[in-house]
Amino acid sequence: MITYAAYFAFACYGAAMLMCLWKVAAADQIGDRILALDTMVINALALLVLYGLAFGTEIYFEVVLIIAMLGFVSTVAYARFLLRGNIIE
Amino acid sequence: MAGIGAQGLDSGKNILTHMGKFRIERTGGIPLSLFLIVALPFLGSVLPALLIRAGRNSAYLSTAAVTLLALVGLLLNAPAVMRGETVTARLDWLPGLGLNANFFLDGLGLLFAGLILGIGLLIIIYARFYLSREDPMGQFYSYLLLFQGAMVGIVLSDNVLLLLIFWELTSLSSFLLIGYWRHLPEGRQGARMALAVTGAGGLAMIAGMLLLGHVAGSYDLTAILDQREAIQASPLYLPALVLILLGCFTKSAQFPFHFWLPHAMAAPTPVSAYLHSATMVKAGLFLMARMWPVLSGTEAWFYLVGTTGLLTMLIGAVIALFKDDLKALLAFSTVSHLGLITMLLGFGTKAAAIGAVFHIINHATFKAALFMTAGIVDHAAHTRDIKRLGGLRKLMPTTFTLATVAALSMAGIPPLNGFLSKEMMLEEAAHTVWADYGWLVPTLATLAALFSAAYSFRYVAHVFLGPVRDDYPTEPHDPGAGMWMPPALLTLLVVLIGLFPMAMASTLVETAAGAVTGGQVQQVHLKLWHGMTPALVMSIIAIAGGVVLLGAHGWLDRVWNAMPRPEAKEIFDALVGAATRASRAVTDTLHDGSMTRYGAILLAFVLALTGYAWFSGTLAAPTRRTMEIAIIPLLGWIGVILATALVVIFHRNRLVTLVLIGVVGLVVSLAFTYLSAPDLALTQISVEVVTVVLMLLALNFLPRETPLESSPMRRMRDAALSIAAGLGVGGLIYALMVRDFAFPTISDYHLANSYSGGGGTNVVNVILVDFRGYDTFGEITVLGIAAIVIFAVTRAVLNSPVRAYLLNRKPSEPQSGDAHPMIMVVATRMMMPVALMVATYIFLRGHNLPGGGFIAGLIAAIALVMQYMASGFSWAAERLRFPYSALIGSGVLVAAATGIGSWLAGKPFLTSAFGYFHFPPLEKFELATAMLFDLGVFLAVVGAVLLALESLARFAWRPGIASEFPMDINPAREVEETTAEEAR
Repeated sequence: MITYAAYFAFACYGAAMLMCLWKVAAADQIGDRILALDTMVINALALLVLYGLAFGTEIYFEVVLIIAMLGFVSTVAYARFLLRGNIIE
Repeated sequence: MAGIGAQGLDSGKNILTHMGKFRIERTGGIPLSLFLIVALPFLGSVLPALLIRAGRNSAYLSTAAVTLLALVGLLLNAPAVMRGETVTARLDWLPGLGLNANFFLDGLGLLFAGLILGIGLLIIIYARFYLSREDPMGQFYSYLLLFQGAMVGIVLSDNVLLLLIFWELTSLSSFLLIGYWRHLPEGRQGARMALAVTGAGGLAMIAGMLLLGHVAGSYDLTAILDQREAIQASPLYLPALVLILLGCFTKSAQFPFHFWLPHAMAAPTPVSAYLHSATMVKAGLFLMARMWPVLSGTEAWFYLVGTTGLLTMLIGAVIALFKDDLKALLAFSTVSHLGLITMLLGFGTKAAAIGAVFHIINHATFKAALFMTAGIVDHAAHTRDIKRLGGLRKLMPTTFTLATVAALSMAGIPPLNGFLSKEMMLEEAAHTVWADYGWLVPTLATLAALFSAAYSFRYVAHVFLGPVRDDYPTEPHDPGAGMWMPPALLTLLVVLIGLFPMAMASTLVETAAGAVTGGQVQQVHLKLWHGMTPALVMSIIAIAGGVVLLGAHGWLDRVWNAMPRPEAKEIFDALVGAATRASRAVTDTLHDGSMTRYGAILLAFVLALTGYAWFSGTLAAPTRRTMEIAIIPLLGWIGVILATALVVIFHRNRLVTLVLIGVVGLVVSLAFTYLSAPDLALTQISVEVVTVVLMLLALNFLPRETPLESSPMRRMRDAALSIAAGLGVGGLIYALMVRDFAFPTISDYHLANSYSGGGGTNVVNVILVDFRGYDTFGEITVLGIAAIVIFAVTRAVLNSPVRAYLLNRKPSEPQSGDAHPMIMVVATRMMMPVALMVATYIFLRGHNLPGGGFIAGLIAAIALVMQYMASGFSWAAERLRFPYSALIGSGVLVAAATGIGSWLAGKPFLTSAFGYFHFPPLEKFELATAMLFDLGVFLAVVGAVLLALESLARFAWRPGIASEFPMDINPAREVEETTAEEAR
């Protein structure tokens, strides 16, 4: 059962990734593109956790940890850039 | 505590970079190793540069002490050499390349090293009193010691590759010395010319030596010297000979490369006396003498070396007579005497070699003394122009005596030492037949001796004799003892060797000549009177003719000046100018400053080469099957291809491009994870974040859109090239991936030895900190240097007028009002300890599981950068307790100390040791010295990333943004303020 669930989830997150990619490519505003990239990062994280669950391995855990911890820094930097131009002031 | 294993770099025998093992062989109980004699001047060159702060005398005494120490070390080795032994010191450096730090000391090496160190000591004393207060003396002595070390290295090297390194070092250090007075244009030009000529010769010699080593099958001199027959029979003999001779002739100022030496006379006189009479110009002679056993004795050798020497001797002597500058006269006379020695070596007989060796000693003594007296005259009379001098005999009696004795020796007057060796030269010349013309060599040699006598007499007559004049630039007077003692000592040698040649010099000449000719020389007989020989007749003709020429000098000088003659400097400048124009034309065509053009040229070239390889080579059938395409990789593939294509479409909008590159980075990290390379994925993710921060810092100063500049045709061209190159690379990688490796890869070795050799199961980390630890050490050093350079450049830019522009810059787009939003400050502040803990965790597990110092360093750096972004530059900088440069430095030092620590255990640099420890209540765990090394990596990475980002952030800093609070709007603060007001 868990296998089917995993495959279903793979399909969902995969589709989400592609949709995010679509938004990165064809959004009206740069803010949307940045948010889409951020969502892509979260989806990637989910995909990795899912992969670990489906195949019963812990090796991906640290990668997930680092993505979860650092992934938002780029988004924040983009946002600061849009709002203030200068990211360290 | 059990099971401590120690093994490391040395287990990787096939790894080239590992340090050599010491293997020092000593024969005959030597008190001071040759290594130390060579190393002393190099190590000591730091002393004067530092001690000059304690005064000129400290710098001078330290230099003299270093030289004296090296000289004493050499003399302690002398008895063994005189007994006919060869002292050696050997150290395998890069045996795979044939490069060994081997030194040996035989008679020839002893003679030259003695000259270099002995005359060097006198020059150091002389220079102390010669240089004026304005001259930076510490620098001078540092350069001099560098040069001295390089020269000693040349004469003691037992490996031709090592010798070449020292050879180039003498060119470089002499460049610094000639150009020492950098306010003088002649000095700078002379230095450049000397470097260009001797450097070019050095390049030719490298090629020649490589050929020679190839033929002999070894780069060790002692091995090469044994293979005379094999080398002379080889078809490569002639090219090797010509190339090596090019190096020797340029260095020793032989015709037609003699012109640099007179121009190098713009150097301070101590330099001229040291480099251009006693040592550097003799390096070429030394090498010819050193190679004499293998290269000489052939027709090619005789005609090339003998003829060049003869011509140089004659031409130098003739020009010297007509030079009015004292130092120019001495320079051309040096050229002439170098020619004499070259000619004797070229004759290829043992007797001629003895004469050459003897004349090397004699020339060094009288010529160094003459240069020093010329310097004294220049110092005292403030001119070196012979036409403005004369009559100094009464004003400067000491200098007059010294100069006269030395000059008469140069002229070949008995009973001085110059006479002895000139007799030997004439004797050899009298017996030498040049291409069936028996009269040619004796006649020309006598003529050269005649001119030599004439200019020697002129040096005395026109400078010191004659009536006292009243139009000297200043009042000439004898100098203090510090200046006349060194030449006096040399002049004393001139007289003593002349009077008692057997007692003074015969043993040295014998051993040195024995080393040159590669065997025992029969007893050398040096004496003043040989009876009425042809040589004596030639000598008498030369001296008499010299007197006559001096008498006719006024008339000859007018004829000489009226004659047209080629000016070497103009020819050289024209050649250099033409070469510069040609290289500039090539460079400007290829590199006009446009990146697309560089790219296009590079790609076109690579495509042409690979296209040729593809069409001329063959490709075996694939040996591996391709894998099934699974759904997850397919998704990633679509992602990366789409994102890349979008980068091409959107590349003019820089911010969108950055976002799209972020997509590529994400997919690549996922791919690394999927393909079981979690280390790479971790690194990729952290590097992505740092890159985005860096790029955004830069984008702040760049236009948002790239303007359209290239024409459609050019874009078509570039598109075609890029597509071709991309397809080519893709195809190549595909072709590689469907085939097995042709050779076994090094990966298997690493996988097999990671745990047993490096004590870690994470092969990536073990490679970084152990197998290739030396590379990592270099890399963190380079990383640190790069960050410090960024810091320095930032400082320089911000100190320039650019600062005003930066301060007045207005943001291109409207800004939001809140510079430091509360939610971001709070979030990053909470993230900081978590991130640091994760960094620690990643660091600690690194040796056995994915992680390590590099990734941990990046994570820690990002945690700190977050604070900079959230709370502001000033707020973060205020809380900084250690400067980042100190972090970098401590990182490199910790890594170095770890590496050096393995020396204490008697292992090579960076050998790691590991062991298992058990402290209750903890579980048993492993500790490795590699972890300390990794700590160094961690510190260096944190420091470098933060220093670079902080420096770049400084550009955008403007006054007024900074607030003393971490967040601009803080409700808690408002509450505090209201309560404070209410309380009032």
